[in-house]
Amino acid sequence: MTASPVRINSKAQSQTQAKVLTLVTPKMSVAPRPFLQWLYAVAGHIVPPLVTLVFLLVLWEVICSSPTASVPPPSRVVSETWELIAHPFYVGQGVDQGLFWHVLASLKRVALGYCLAAIAGIALGTLVGQSEWAMRGLDPIFQVLRTVPPLAWLPLSLAAFKDGNPSAIFVIFITAIWPIIINTAVGIRNIPQDYQNVARVLRLNQFEYFTKIMVPAAAPYIFTGLRIGIGLSWLAIVAAEMLIGGVGIGFFIWDAWNSSRISDIILALIYVGVVGYLLDRTIAFVANTVTRNTASA
Amino acid sequence: MSKPYLSLEQIDMVFSRGGTSTQVLSQVSLTVEKGEFISIIGHSGCGKSTLLNIVAGLTEATRGVVFLEGNVVDAPGPDRAVVFQNHSLLPWLTVYENVKLAVDKVFSVTKSKAERHEWTMRNLELVQMIHAKDKRPSEVSGGMKQRVGIARALAMEPKVLLLDEPFGALDALTRAHLQDQVMQIHAELANTVLMITHDVDEAVLLSDRIVMMTNGPSAKIGEILDVRLVRPRRRIELASDATYIRCRSAVLKFLYERHRLVEAA
Repeated sequence: MTASPVRINSKAQSQTQAKVLTLVTPKMSVAPRPFLQWLYAVAGHIVPPLVTLVFLLVLWEVICSSPTASVPPPSRVVSETWELIAHPFYVGQGVDQGLFWHVLASLKRVALGYCLAAIAGIALGTLVGQSEWAMRGLDPIFQVLRTVPPLAWLPLSLAAFKDGNPSAIFVIFITAIWPIIINTAVGIRNIPQDYQNVARVLRLNQFEYFTKIMVPAAAPYIFTGLRIGIGLSWLAIVAAEMLIGGVGIGFFIWDAWNSSRISDIILALIYVGVVGYLLDRTIAFVANTVTRNTASA
Repeated sequence: MSKPYLSLEQIDMVFSRGGTSTQVLSQVSLTVEKGEFISIIGHSGCGKSTLLNIVAGLTEATRGVVFLEGNVVDAPGPDRAVVFQNHSLLPWLTVYENVKLAVDKVFSVTKSKAERHEWTMRNLELVQMIHAKDKRPSEVSGGMKQRVGIARALAMEPKVLLLDEPFGALDALTRAHLQDQVMQIHAELANTVLMITHDVDEAVLLSDRIVMMTNGPSAKIGEILDVRLVRPRRRIELASDATYIRCRSAVLKFLYERHRLVEAA
Protein backbone atom coordinates (compact mmCIF):
# COMPACT_ATOMS: atom_id res chain seq x y z
CA MET A 1 0.00 0.00 0.00
CA THR A 2 2.69 2.39 0.89
CA ALA A 3 4.81 1.58 -2.10
CA SER A 4 2.18 2.09 -4.79
CA PRO A 5 1.33 5.77 -4.17
CA VAL A 6 4.99 6.59 -4.28
CA ARG A 7 5.32 4.81 -7.60
CA ILE A 8 2.23 6.49 -9.00
CA ASN A 9 3.38 9.77 -7.67
CA SER A 10 6.76 9.55 -9.35
CA LYS A 11 5.12 8.45 -12.57
CA ALA A 12 2.70 11.36 -12.44
CA GLN A 13 5.57 13.68 -11.76
CA SER A 14 7.57 12.51 -14.73
CA GLN A 15 4.46 12.80 -16.88
CA THR A 16 3.86 16.32 -15.71
CA GLN A 17 7.44 17.21 -16.40
CA ALA A 18 7.16 15.85 -19.93
CA LYS A 19 3.92 17.77 -20.40
CA VAL A 20 5.41 21.01 -19.19
CA LEU A 21 8.33 20.64 -21.51
CA THR A 22 6.18 20.03 -24.58
CA LEU A 23 4.04 23.01 -23.67
CA VAL A 24 6.87 25.40 -22.92
CA THR A 25 9.15 24.64 -25.86
CA PRO A 26 6.77 25.70 -28.65
CA LYS A 27 5.85 28.81 -26.71
CA MET A 28 9.50 29.83 -26.60
CA SER A 29 10.13 29.01 -30.25
CA VAL A 30 7.17 31.04 -31.51
CA ALA A 31 8.45 34.46 -32.50
CA PRO A 32 6.94 37.20 -30.33
CA ARG A 33 4.55 39.34 -32.29
CA PRO A 34 6.57 42.27 -33.57
CA PHE A 35 3.83 44.84 -33.07
CA LEU A 36 3.37 43.99 -29.42
CA GLN A 37 7.10 44.00 -28.89
CA TRP A 38 7.35 47.38 -30.56
CA LEU A 39 4.51 48.73 -28.47
CA TYR A 40 6.21 47.46 -25.36
CA ALA A 41 9.49 49.10 -26.31
CA VAL A 42 7.80 52.41 -27.05
CA ALA A 43 5.83 52.32 -23.83
CA GLY A 44 9.04 51.60 -21.96
CA HIS A 45 10.49 54.84 -23.26
CA ILE A 46 7.42 57.02 -23.01
CA VAL A 47 5.81 56.00 -19.76
CA PRO A 48 8.67 56.85 -17.33
CA PRO A 49 9.14 60.47 -18.47
CA LEU A 50 5.37 60.89 -18.59
CA VAL A 51 5.06 59.70 -15.02
CA THR A 52 7.83 62.09 -13.95
CA LEU A 53 6.18 64.97 -15.77
CA VAL A 54 2.78 64.36 -14.24
CA PHE A 55 4.36 64.03 -10.81
CA LEU A 56 6.22 67.33 -11.18
CA LEU A 57 3.12 69.14 -12.47
CA VAL A 58 1.04 67.89 -9.57
CA LEU A 59 3.76 68.88 -7.12
CA TRP A 60 3.97 72.35 -8.69
CA GLU A 61 0.17 72.70 -8.63
CA VAL A 62 0.09 71.78 -4.95
CA ILE A 63 2.96 74.05 -3.91
CA CYS A 64 1.71 77.10 -5.83
CA SER A 65 -2.00 76.59 -5.26
CA SER A 66 -2.32 79.24 -2.53
CA PRO A 67 -3.67 82.55 -3.90
CA THR A 68 -0.72 84.42 -2.43
CA ALA A 69 1.90 82.33 -4.24
CA SER A 70 4.31 84.45 -6.29
CA VAL A 71 4.55 81.83 -9.05
CA PRO A 72 1.31 80.68 -10.69
CA PRO A 73 0.41 76.97 -10.69
CA PRO A 74 0.27 75.17 -14.03
CA SER A 75 -3.49 75.42 -14.28
CA ARG A 76 -3.33 79.20 -14.01
CA VAL A 77 -0.39 79.33 -16.45
CA VAL A 78 -2.46 77.55 -19.06
CA SER A 79 -5.56 79.67 -18.50
CA GLU A 80 -3.64 82.96 -18.48
CA THR A 81 -1.58 82.14 -21.58
CA TRP A 82 -4.29 80.41 -23.53
CA GLU A 83 -4.29 83.21 -26.10
CA LEU A 84 -0.56 82.64 -26.72
CA ILE A 85 -0.84 78.86 -26.79
CA ALA A 86 -3.79 78.89 -29.18
CA HIS A 87 -2.41 81.48 -31.58
CA PRO A 88 1.32 80.99 -32.05
CA PHE A 89 1.14 82.47 -35.56
CA TYR A 90 -0.61 85.68 -34.50
CA VAL A 91 0.71 88.77 -36.30
CA GLY A 92 0.35 92.12 -34.55
CA GLN A 93 2.07 95.47 -34.25
CA GLY A 94 5.78 95.75 -33.36
CA VAL A 95 6.82 93.24 -30.75
CA ASP A 96 3.23 92.05 -30.30
CA GLN A 97 3.64 88.82 -32.24
CA GLY A 98 2.74 85.18 -31.79
CA LEU A 99 5.33 83.03 -30.02
CA PHE A 100 6.22 81.24 -33.26
CA TRP A 101 7.49 84.51 -34.75
CA HIS A 102 9.51 85.30 -31.65
CA VAL A 103 11.14 81.90 -31.76
CA LEU A 104 11.70 82.19 -35.50
CA ALA A 105 13.40 85.57 -35.09
CA SER A 106 15.71 84.08 -32.47
CA LEU A 107 16.38 81.04 -34.62
CA LYS A 108 17.32 83.23 -37.57
CA ARG A 109 19.91 85.07 -35.47
CA VAL A 110 21.24 81.79 -34.13
CA ALA A 111 21.36 80.24 -37.59
CA LEU A 112 23.39 83.09 -39.03
CA GLY A 113 25.79 83.43 -36.10
CA TYR A 114 26.16 79.69 -35.74
CA CYS A 115 26.84 79.05 -39.43
CA LEU A 116 29.50 81.74 -39.45
CA ALA A 117 30.98 80.20 -36.31
CA ALA A 118 30.94 76.74 -37.87
CA ILE A 119 32.75 77.89 -41.00
CA ALA A 120 35.32 80.01 -39.19
CA GLY A 121 35.66 77.50 -36.35
CA ILE A 122 36.37 74.53 -38.57
CA ALA A 123 38.82 76.56 -40.66
CA LEU A 124 40.69 77.88 -37.62
CA GLY A 125 40.54 74.50 -35.91
CA THR A 126 42.07 72.86 -38.98
CA LEU A 127 44.85 75.43 -38.99
CA VAL A 128 45.57 74.98 -35.29
CA GLY A 129 45.31 71.21 -35.52
CA GLN A 130 47.68 70.92 -38.42
CA SER A 131 50.32 73.49 -37.78
CA GLU A 132 52.46 73.36 -34.70
CA TRP A 133 53.27 77.05 -35.04
CA ALA A 134 49.67 78.11 -35.54
CA MET A 135 48.83 76.21 -32.39
CA ARG A 136 51.57 77.85 -30.38
CA GLY A 137 50.57 81.24 -31.66
CA LEU A 138 46.80 80.99 -31.42
CA ASP A 139 46.00 78.47 -28.72
CA PRO A 140 46.83 80.69 -25.71
CA ILE A 141 44.67 83.47 -27.14
CA PHE A 142 41.81 81.05 -27.74
CA GLN A 143 42.12 79.67 -24.25
CA VAL A 144 41.79 83.16 -22.74
CA LEU A 145 39.04 84.41 -25.03
CA ARG A 146 36.87 81.33 -24.68
CA THR A 147 36.41 81.97 -20.97
CA VAL A 148 34.84 85.39 -21.60
CA PRO A 149 31.09 85.04 -20.89
CA PRO A 150 28.96 85.56 -24.00
CA LEU A 151 27.14 88.61 -22.67
CA ALA A 152 30.39 90.38 -21.88
CA TRP A 153 30.92 90.68 -25.62
CA LEU A 154 27.60 92.44 -26.12
CA PRO A 155 28.54 96.01 -25.13
CA LEU A 156 31.66 95.81 -27.24
CA SER A 157 29.78 94.51 -30.27
CA LEU A 158 27.05 97.14 -29.78
CA ALA A 159 29.78 99.75 -29.83
CA ALA A 160 31.25 98.23 -32.98
CA PHE A 161 28.08 97.51 -34.95
CA LYS A 162 25.90 100.30 -33.52
CA ASP A 163 22.85 98.07 -33.99
CA GLY A 164 21.17 95.37 -31.96
CA ASN A 165 20.70 92.64 -34.53
CA PRO A 166 24.28 92.26 -35.81
CA SER A 167 25.49 92.53 -32.23
CA ALA A 168 23.31 89.61 -31.19
CA ILE A 169 24.56 87.61 -34.16
CA PHE A 170 28.12 88.44 -33.21
CA VAL A 171 27.51 87.27 -29.66
CA ILE A 172 26.23 83.94 -31.02
CA PHE A 173 29.25 83.68 -33.29
CA ILE A 174 31.77 84.34 -30.56
CA THR A 175 30.00 81.97 -28.17
CA ALA A 176 29.73 79.04 -30.53
CA ILE A 177 33.13 79.30 -32.18
CA TRP A 178 35.39 78.16 -29.29
CA PRO A 179 34.16 74.60 -28.85
CA ILE A 180 34.14 74.20 -32.63
CA ILE A 181 37.74 75.40 -32.95
CA ILE A 182 39.01 73.36 -30.06
CA ASN A 183 37.26 70.12 -31.01
CA THR A 184 38.25 70.40 -34.66
CA ALA A 185 41.86 70.97 -33.66
CA VAL A 186 41.82 67.97 -31.32
CA GLY A 187 40.21 65.82 -34.00
CA ILE A 188 42.84 66.74 -36.54
CA ARG A 189 45.71 66.32 -34.12
CA ASN A 190 44.35 62.86 -33.26
CA ILE A 191 44.26 61.48 -36.78
CA PRO A 192 45.91 58.09 -36.30
CA GLN A 193 49.48 57.82 -37.52
CA ASP A 194 48.35 54.82 -39.58
CA TYR A 195 46.08 56.93 -41.76
CA GLN A 196 48.83 59.49 -42.18
CA ASN A 197 51.21 56.73 -43.24
CA VAL A 198 48.70 55.46 -45.78
CA ALA A 199 48.42 58.98 -47.16
CA ARG A 200 52.21 59.30 -47.32
CA VAL A 201 52.72 55.96 -49.07
CA LEU A 202 50.04 56.91 -51.59
CA ARG A 203 51.57 60.38 -51.93
CA LEU A 204 48.22 62.11 -51.51
CA ASN A 205 48.54 65.84 -52.09
CA GLN A 206 47.33 68.44 -49.60
CA PHE A 207 43.87 68.67 -51.09
CA GLU A 208 43.39 64.90 -51.35
CA TYR A 209 44.66 64.49 -47.81
CA PHE A 210 42.20 67.10 -46.60
CA THR A 211 39.13 65.61 -48.29
CA LYS A 212 39.93 61.91 -48.11
CA ILE A 213 41.64 61.54 -44.75
CA MET A 214 41.41 64.62 -42.60
CA VAL A 215 37.73 65.51 -42.85
CA PRO A 216 36.35 61.98 -42.42
CA ALA A 217 38.83 61.15 -39.68
CA ALA A 218 38.12 64.31 -37.70
CA ALA A 219 34.37 64.37 -38.40
CA PRO A 220 33.29 62.84 -35.07
CA TYR A 221 35.28 65.46 -33.16
CA ILE A 222 34.08 68.29 -35.37
CA PHE A 223 30.48 67.27 -34.75
CA THR A 224 31.05 67.16 -31.02
CA GLY A 225 32.19 70.77 -31.28
CA LEU A 226 29.23 71.69 -33.43
CA ARG A 227 26.85 70.12 -30.96
CA ILE A 228 28.31 71.96 -27.99
CA GLY A 229 28.27 75.11 -30.10
CA ILE A 230 24.57 74.96 -30.93
CA GLY A 231 23.71 74.49 -27.27
CA LEU A 232 25.78 77.48 -26.24
CA SER A 233 24.31 79.58 -29.07
CA TRP A 234 20.81 78.96 -27.83
CA LEU A 235 21.87 79.77 -24.29
CA ALA A 236 23.41 83.04 -25.41
CA ILE A 237 20.65 84.24 -27.73
CA VAL A 238 18.04 84.44 -25.00
CA ALA A 239 20.31 86.51 -22.81
CA ALA A 240 21.46 88.73 -25.66
CA GLU A 241 17.94 89.40 -26.87
CA MET A 242 16.86 90.49 -23.41
CA LEU A 243 19.28 93.37 -23.79
CA ILE A 244 18.90 94.29 -27.45
CA GLY A 245 15.08 94.23 -27.66
CA GLY A 246 12.98 93.73 -30.78
CA VAL A 247 11.23 90.55 -31.81
CA GLY A 248 12.76 87.44 -30.27
CA ILE A 249 12.06 84.96 -27.54
CA GLY A 250 14.60 86.58 -25.22
CA PHE A 251 13.01 89.98 -25.44
CA PHE A 252 9.58 88.39 -25.08
CA ILE A 253 10.64 87.03 -21.70
CA TRP A 254 12.08 90.36 -20.62
CA ASP A 255 8.97 92.19 -21.79
CA ALA A 256 6.77 89.74 -19.92
CA TRP A 257 8.79 90.31 -16.77
CA ASN A 258 8.46 94.07 -17.10
CA SER A 259 4.70 93.70 -17.39
CA SER A 260 4.60 91.11 -14.58
CA ARG A 261 3.15 88.42 -16.84
CA ILE A 262 4.75 85.51 -15.01
CA SER A 263 2.64 82.92 -16.83
CA ASP A 264 3.96 84.18 -20.16
CA ILE A 265 7.51 83.78 -18.91
CA ILE A 266 6.84 80.17 -17.94
CA LEU A 267 5.31 79.41 -21.32
CA ALA A 268 8.28 81.03 -23.08
CA LEU A 269 10.69 78.96 -20.99
CA ILE A 270 8.96 75.80 -22.16
CA TYR A 271 9.32 77.01 -25.75
CA VAL A 272 13.00 77.79 -25.23
CA GLY A 273 13.62 74.40 -23.71
CA VAL A 274 11.84 72.47 -26.41
CA VAL A 275 13.49 74.40 -29.23
CA GLY A 276 16.92 73.99 -27.64
CA TYR A 277 16.30 70.27 -27.34
CA LEU A 278 15.23 70.05 -30.97
CA LEU A 279 18.32 71.97 -32.10
CA ASP A 280 20.56 69.57 -30.20
CA ARG A 281 18.77 66.53 -31.59
CA THR A 282 19.03 67.92 -35.11
CA ILE A 283 22.80 68.33 -34.92
CA ALA A 284 23.10 64.92 -33.25
CA PHE A 285 21.07 63.39 -36.05
CA VAL A 286 23.20 65.00 -38.75
CA ALA A 287 26.32 63.89 -36.90
CA ASN A 288 25.08 60.31 -36.68
CA THR A 289 24.17 60.24 -40.34
CA VAL A 290 27.45 61.71 -41.50
CA THR A 291 29.83 59.91 -39.17
CA ARG A 292 28.03 56.58 -39.12
CA ASN A 293 30.89 54.91 -40.90
CA THR A 294 33.87 56.60 -39.35
CA ALA A 295 34.00 54.58 -36.17
CA SER A 296 37.39 52.94 -36.21
CA ALA A 297 37.40 49.40 -37.49
CA MET B 1 78.46 42.52 -61.45
CA SER B 2 75.01 43.99 -61.94
CA LYS B 3 73.61 46.45 -59.47
CA PRO B 4 71.37 44.94 -56.77
CA TYR B 5 67.65 45.59 -57.05
CA LEU B 6 67.24 46.91 -53.53
CA SER B 7 70.15 47.71 -51.31
CA LEU B 8 70.46 49.09 -47.81
CA GLU B 9 73.86 50.58 -47.16
CA GLN B 10 75.31 51.21 -43.73
CA ILE B 11 72.03 52.23 -42.14
CA ASP B 12 72.36 53.85 -38.73
CA MET B 13 69.37 55.04 -36.80
CA VAL B 14 69.62 57.20 -33.72
CA PHE B 15 66.55 58.45 -31.92
CA SER B 16 67.12 61.55 -29.86
CA ARG B 17 64.70 62.71 -27.27
CA GLY B 18 65.64 65.57 -25.02
CA GLY B 19 69.27 65.16 -24.10
CA THR B 20 69.46 61.39 -24.47
CA SER B 21 69.88 59.56 -27.72
CA THR B 22 69.43 55.88 -28.39
CA GLN B 23 71.08 54.11 -31.24
CA VAL B 24 68.52 51.69 -32.60
CA LEU B 25 70.21 50.37 -35.71
CA SER B 26 73.86 50.18 -36.42
CA GLN B 27 75.56 49.52 -39.72
CA VAL B 28 72.75 47.57 -41.34
CA SER B 29 73.62 46.59 -44.90
CA LEU B 30 71.57 44.29 -47.05
CA THR B 31 71.07 43.62 -50.72
CA VAL B 32 67.92 42.11 -52.14
CA GLU B 33 67.50 40.63 -55.61
CA LYS B 34 64.40 41.09 -57.67
CA GLY B 35 61.72 38.55 -56.82
CA GLU B 36 63.30 37.56 -53.54
CA PHE B 37 61.25 36.98 -50.40
CA ILE B 38 63.21 38.22 -47.40
CA SER B 39 62.15 37.95 -43.78
CA ILE B 40 63.61 40.06 -41.04
CA ILE B 41 63.30 38.39 -37.67
CA GLY B 42 64.33 39.48 -34.23
CA HIS B 43 63.07 40.03 -30.72
CA SER B 44 60.75 42.94 -30.11
CA GLY B 45 62.57 46.21 -29.72
CA CYS B 46 65.38 45.24 -32.08
CA GLY B 47 64.40 47.95 -34.51
CA LYS B 48 63.12 45.74 -37.27
CA SER B 49 60.02 47.84 -37.76
CA THR B 50 62.21 50.93 -37.85
CA LEU B 51 64.26 49.30 -40.57
CA LEU B 52 61.13 48.62 -42.60
CA ASN B 53 59.96 52.21 -42.12
CA ILE B 54 63.31 53.42 -43.41
CA VAL B 55 62.93 51.32 -46.55
CA ALA B 56 59.37 52.59 -46.88
CA GLY B 57 60.67 56.14 -46.54
CA LEU B 58 58.38 56.84 -43.60
CA THR B 59 61.37 57.29 -41.33
CA GLU B 60 64.61 58.93 -42.34
CA ALA B 61 67.78 57.07 -41.44
CA THR B 62 70.34 59.00 -39.41
CA ARG B 63 73.14 57.73 -41.64
CA GLY B 64 73.20 55.45 -44.62
CA VAL B 65 71.24 55.14 -47.82
CA VAL B 66 68.59 52.90 -49.34
CA PHE B 67 68.79 52.36 -53.09
CA LEU B 68 65.93 50.95 -55.12
CA GLU B 69 66.87 50.23 -58.72
CA GLY B 70 69.75 52.64 -58.38
CA ASN B 71 67.62 55.51 -57.03
CA VAL B 72 67.96 56.88 -53.52
CA VAL B 73 64.88 56.36 -51.34
CA ASP B 74 64.13 59.57 -49.50
CA ALA B 75 60.34 59.69 -49.26
CA PRO B 76 57.44 57.24 -49.03
CA GLY B 77 55.88 56.18 -52.29
CA PRO B 78 53.65 53.57 -53.87
CA ASP B 79 56.64 51.73 -55.34
CA ARG B 80 57.28 50.53 -51.77
CA ALA B 81 53.77 49.67 -50.66
CA VAL B 82 53.42 48.77 -47.01
CA VAL B 83 51.04 46.28 -45.43
CA PHE B 84 50.76 47.60 -41.90
CA GLN B 85 50.46 45.38 -38.89
CA ASN B 86 47.07 46.75 -37.93
CA HIS B 87 45.79 46.82 -41.51
CA SER B 88 45.27 50.64 -41.52
CA LEU B 89 42.19 50.51 -43.67
CA LEU B 90 40.18 53.71 -43.71
CA PRO B 91 37.04 52.85 -41.73
CA TRP B 92 34.77 55.23 -43.64
CA LEU B 93 35.47 53.54 -46.96
CA THR B 94 34.26 50.14 -48.10
CA VAL B 95 36.66 47.33 -48.87
CA TYR B 96 36.40 48.18 -52.55
CA GLU B 97 36.89 51.91 -51.97
CA ASN B 98 39.95 51.31 -49.82
CA VAL B 99 41.69 49.50 -52.67
CA LYS B 100 40.24 51.87 -55.26
CA LEU B 101 41.69 54.88 -53.44
CA ALA B 102 45.17 53.46 -53.99
CA VAL B 103 44.45 52.42 -57.57
CA ASP B 104 42.98 55.82 -58.45
CA LYS B 105 45.97 57.61 -57.02
CA VAL B 106 48.70 55.44 -58.50
CA PHE B 107 47.18 54.93 -61.94
CA SER B 108 45.38 58.26 -62.29
CA VAL B 109 47.16 58.93 -65.58
CA THR B 110 48.11 55.54 -66.93
CA LYS B 111 44.77 53.74 -66.60
CA SER B 112 41.26 54.69 -67.70
CA LYS B 113 38.36 54.71 -65.26
CA ALA B 114 37.15 51.31 -66.44
CA GLU B 115 40.64 49.87 -66.26
CA ARG B 116 41.05 51.16 -62.72
CA HIS B 117 37.81 49.47 -61.68
CA GLU B 118 39.00 46.31 -63.41
CA TRP B 119 42.35 46.45 -61.64
CA THR B 120 40.73 47.02 -58.24
CA MET B 121 38.51 43.99 -58.74
CA ARG B 122 41.45 41.93 -60.00
CA ASN B 123 43.39 42.61 -56.80
CA LEU B 124 40.40 41.93 -54.57
CA GLU B 125 40.01 38.67 -56.42
CA LEU B 126 43.63 37.85 -55.79
CA VAL B 127 42.98 37.91 -52.03
CA GLN B 128 39.49 36.43 -52.43
CA MET B 129 37.64 39.41 -51.08
CA ILE B 130 35.22 40.07 -53.94
CA HIS B 131 32.31 38.77 -51.88
CA ALA B 132 32.78 41.45 -49.23
CA LYS B 133 33.75 44.33 -51.46
CA ASP B 134 30.92 46.58 -50.33
CA LYS B 135 31.41 45.97 -46.62
CA ARG B 136 33.15 48.39 -44.31
CA PRO B 137 36.32 47.29 -42.56
CA SER B 138 34.44 47.15 -39.25
CA GLU B 139 32.12 44.53 -40.72
CA VAL B 140 34.76 42.02 -41.75
CA SER B 141 37.09 39.83 -39.68
CA GLY B 142 40.69 40.63 -38.81
CA GLY B 143 42.03 38.21 -41.39
CA MET B 144 39.85 39.74 -44.08
CA LYS B 145 41.01 43.24 -43.17
CA GLN B 146 44.59 42.12 -43.54
CA ARG B 147 43.77 40.58 -46.93
CA VAL B 148 42.30 43.89 -48.05
CA GLY B 149 45.47 45.58 -46.80
CA ILE B 150 47.49 43.18 -48.93
CA ALA B 151 45.22 43.79 -51.93
CA ARG B 152 45.64 47.54 -51.51
CA ALA B 153 49.42 47.18 -51.39
CA LEU B 154 49.54 44.80 -54.36
CA ALA B 155 47.26 47.08 -56.36
CA MET B 156 49.97 49.74 -56.30
CA GLU B 157 52.20 47.35 -58.25
CA PRO B 158 55.08 48.05 -55.90
CA LYS B 159 58.68 47.30 -56.78
CA VAL B 160 59.05 46.05 -53.23
CA LEU B 161 56.21 44.89 -51.04
CA LEU B 162 56.85 45.69 -47.40
CA LEU B 163 55.02 43.59 -44.83
CA ASP B 164 55.19 44.82 -41.25
CA GLU B 165 54.27 41.80 -39.11
CA PRO B 166 51.25 41.36 -41.32
CA PHE B 167 49.83 38.35 -39.52
CA GLY B 168 50.92 39.23 -35.99
CA ALA B 169 47.45 40.13 -34.77
CA LEU B 170 45.71 37.08 -36.22
CA ASP B 171 44.87 33.70 -34.76
CA ALA B 172 47.00 30.74 -35.80
CA LEU B 173 44.57 29.21 -38.30
CA THR B 174 43.81 32.47 -40.08
CA ARG B 175 47.53 33.19 -40.10
CA ALA B 176 48.34 29.87 -41.79
CA HIS B 177 45.66 30.50 -44.37
CA LEU B 178 46.99 33.95 -45.16
CA GLN B 179 50.56 32.70 -45.32
CA ASP B 180 49.48 30.22 -47.98
CA GLN B 181 47.77 32.99 -49.87
CA VAL B 182 50.83 35.21 -49.71
CA MET B 183 52.99 32.33 -50.98
CA GLN B 184 50.60 31.76 -53.84
CA ILE B 185 50.54 35.45 -54.75
CA HIS B 186 54.31 35.54 -54.59
CA ALA B 187 54.51 32.54 -56.90
CA GLU B 188 52.10 34.18 -59.29
CA LEU B 189 53.45 37.73 -59.37
CA ALA B 190 57.07 37.09 -58.37
CA ASN B 191 57.20 40.32 -56.40
CA THR B 192 60.05 41.32 -54.19
CA VAL B 193 58.97 41.12 -50.58
CA LEU B 194 60.49 42.34 -47.35
CA MET B 195 58.64 40.99 -44.36
CA ILE B 196 59.05 41.73 -40.67
CA THR B 197 58.10 38.86 -38.41
CA HIS B 198 58.71 37.36 -35.03
CA ASP B 199 57.36 33.97 -36.02
CA VAL B 200 60.11 31.44 -36.82
CA ASP B 201 57.88 29.05 -38.78
CA GLU B 202 56.46 31.85 -40.82
CA ALA B 203 59.93 33.10 -41.69
CA VAL B 204 61.20 29.66 -42.76
CA LEU B 205 58.05 28.80 -44.66
CA LEU B 206 57.85 31.97 -46.71
CA SER B 207 61.37 33.25 -47.19
CA ASP B 208 64.24 32.76 -49.54
CA ARG B 209 66.50 34.34 -46.97
CA ILE B 210 66.03 35.10 -43.31
CA VAL B 211 67.76 38.15 -41.88
CA MET B 212 68.31 37.73 -38.15
CA MET B 213 68.73 40.85 -36.09
CA THR B 214 70.68 41.05 -32.85
CA ASN B 215 69.06 42.66 -29.85
CA GLY B 216 68.91 46.41 -29.49
CA PRO B 217 70.10 48.94 -28.69
CA SER B 218 72.43 49.22 -31.66
CA ALA B 219 70.85 46.23 -33.33
CA LYS B 220 72.62 44.92 -36.39
CA ILE B 221 72.28 42.02 -38.76
CA GLY B 222 73.53 39.02 -36.85
CA GLU B 223 73.24 36.41 -39.51
CA ILE B 224 71.58 35.77 -42.85
CA LEU B 225 70.21 32.31 -43.48
CA ASP B 226 69.51 30.91 -46.94
CA VAL B 227 66.39 28.80 -47.00
CA ARG B 228 67.03 26.34 -49.81
CA LEU B 229 63.58 24.83 -50.06
CA VAL B 230 61.95 24.32 -53.41
CA ARG B 231 58.75 26.11 -54.19
CA PRO B 232 55.89 25.57 -54.10
CA ARG B 233 56.19 24.76 -50.44
CA ARG B 234 53.55 22.87 -48.53
CA ARG B 235 53.48 23.29 -44.80
CA ILE B 236 52.45 19.71 -44.07
CA GLU B 237 55.24 18.16 -46.10
CA LEU B 238 57.75 20.62 -44.75
CA ALA B 239 57.07 19.64 -41.17
CA SER B 240 59.22 16.56 -41.67
CA ASP B 241 61.61 18.01 -44.25
CA ALA B 242 65.27 17.89 -43.16
CA THR B 243 66.18 21.28 -44.65
CA TYR B 244 63.15 22.88 -43.06
CA ILE B 245 63.98 21.47 -39.66
CA ARG B 246 67.60 22.52 -39.99
CA CYS B 247 66.66 26.09 -40.94
CA ARG B 248 64.10 26.28 -38.22
CA SER B 249 66.50 25.18 -35.54
CA ALA B 250 69.17 27.54 -36.88
CA VAL B 251 66.83 30.48 -36.41
CA LEU B 252 65.67 29.24 -33.03
CA LYS B 253 69.26 28.82 -31.89
CA PHE B 254 70.10 32.32 -33.01
CA LEU B 255 67.12 33.83 -31.24
CA TYR B 256 67.07 31.84 -28.05
CA GLU B 257 70.67 30.79 -27.46
CA ARG B 258 73.01 33.36 -28.83
CA HIS B 259 70.78 36.42 -28.71
CA ARG B 260 68.35 35.76 -25.95
CA LEU B 261 66.19 38.68 -25.04
CA VAL B 262 67.48 39.96 -21.74
CA GLU B 263 64.56 41.01 -19.61
CA ALA B 264 64.81 44.63 -18.65
CA ALA B 265 65.02 44.91 -14.90
